[in-house]
Amino acid sequence: MGPEWQAVWLTLKLAGITTVLLLIIGTPLAWWLARSQHWSRQPVSALIALPLVLPPTVLGFYLLILMGPDGLVGQLTEQLGIGLLPFTFEGLVIASILYSLPFTVQPLQNSFATIDQRLLEVAATLRASPRDRFFTVVLPLARPGFLSAAVLTFAHTVGEFGVVLMIGGNIPGETKVLSVAIYDHVEALDYGSAHWLAAGMLAFSFVVLLTLYSLNGRLQSGVVK
Amino acid sequence: MTDTRVIEARFRCGFGTFQLDVDLELPGTGVTALFGHSGCGKTTLLRCIAGLQPAEGTLRVSGDTWQDGSRNLPVHRRPLAYVFQETSLFPHLTVRRNLLYGFRRIPDSRRHVTFEQAVDWLGLGHLLDRMPQRLSGGERQRVAIARALLTSPDLLLMDEPLSALDARSKREIMPYLETLRDSLAIPILYVSHSTSEVARLADHIVMMDNGRVIADGPLQETLARTDQPFGLEKDAGVIMEAVVGERDPQWHLCRADFDGGHLWLRDDDGLTAGQRIRLQVLARDISLALGEHTEQSIQNLVPATIDEIASDLSPGTSMVRLVAGATPFLARLTSRSVHALSLQPGQRVWMQIKSVAIVD
Repeated sequence: MGPEWQAVWLTLKLAGITTVLLLIIGTPLAWWLARSQHWSRQPVSALIALPLVLPPTVLGFYLLILMGPDGLVGQLTEQLGIGLLPFTFEGLVIASILYSLPFTVQPLQNSFATIDQRLLEVAATLRASPRDRFFTVVLPLARPGFLSAAVLTFAHTVGEFGVVLMIGGNIPGETKVLSVAIYDHVEALDYGSAHWLAAGMLAFSFVVLLTLYSLNGRLQSGVVK
Repeated sequence: MTDTRVIEARFRCGFGTFQLDVDLELPGTGVTALFGHSGCGKTTLLRCIAGLQPAEGTLRVSGDTWQDGSRNLPVHRRPLAYVFQETSLFPHLTVRRNLLYGFRRIPDSRRHVTFEQAVDWLGLGHLLDRMPQRLSGGERQRVAIARALLTSPDLLLMDEPLSALDARSKREIMPYLETLRDSLAIPILYVSHSTSEVARLADHIVMMDNGRVIADGPLQETLARTDQPFGLEKDAGVIMEAVVGERDPQWHLCRADFDGGHLWLRDDDGLTAGQRIRLQVLARDISLALGEHTEQSIQNLVPATIDEIASDLSPGTSMVRLVAGATPFLARLTSRSVHALSLQPGQRVWMQIKSVAIVD
């Protein structure tokens, strides 16, 4: 596998793993944010939205410190025998999860919030347990939200650069993702290779968004068959 | 009827300035109407019974404890069915799958109502493969009722199931509700603020105001009380059971016999001799005369005995309770007439009844 394809593969792997993990983490979080009346809802919402406004380098910087040999997380991972996370693929996954969290949680939260509470009460009176209600009422009705969350999370992770540079560096096959590879080519004045990758990214992003919009349109009209 | 066939409901809960505080024993059969103005707590009481509204209290249905100090079944473990006021069909499921949602979640051995029965009772055969968005308001509510019945509940709760519908859909659904009342052996609690729905459907009534029960009892008896508890005396009236007697085709009239006399009604093609009907006579449609004045236009003159007079419910208005045979009536008169005729309890008078409505 050539170095370019290696970067493409690494990027897709990172985005795929991050998306799956984030859907698992983000769903209960979004459900709680959409339904809870607890006072801590606002602070938690603000915390989750931070990556939207912070420069990625700020997030990367703190993660680097936290996961480094003097950081709390770093000391923990060393004691557990995992070693240090910065400049590893696993470290990138953790950083991506934090960085893309709002892109998972917000679409899910919005679609959960639009589900009529009454339908869940109806399901309860029809003998559905809370878990059953989630899988048979919430999941199908929030399908457009899950689709948006998955696609946005995936695409956003593919496009991440600042965080990767701060905590992942530039190790081929381990942390050298597409955006970093493009940056490298430009630095080396190899505009040809940069073009090849950049144009690919552009086309990919367009196709992803187009698919999202047309699928969402069809899902919404699909309910009114 | 054994004495386990009752519903014992004691609840206390509050939010904001509203406090619900009820202690009721309701019959374990027939339709009980929870009646009152909006905001009186009737829907909250229904939600407490379903377990949708957390409340302290005790709930026993036909001998089974659903809630008390030590036990509180969650909603999905209570063998009840709930029909909500507004459309509550799952928008992502066809009518058939909406109907089967609850049915599939109860064990085989508990299924007393079959899918075919429910579809047949509510006339849904031609709608099964439609999505809910393609149904009229009345059809949606029929599906919701059938879906509720398919859980073969021990108790059916209905929260103003007709109030979100237009007059035509109401007329369309009413006969289905009457069929259910007559063919189901389970108690139905029916929340309503409509006197005509209550008059048509209920056997028993609980009147509520401001979170409390202000009157409850059999419909006929309770509606004939002179202390109409919350300024309803304008719409006050009695409900009675009658049997269609003779029909008079020449004048398009028919005679309805009740325990204590008879009333002439406008004939309706749907009526047959011997049929049981429910009549409503409003207090404002009865005037009293001391003698039988036959030369006047009112068809219905019924002798009765004054039982009780409640004066000045609202300024200048009195409510007179009368009894003809075993049937109570209410007449709303001006206090001046009561004085002028010197009406007294125990007195024999003639009721001139201006209008009688068949409610069922």
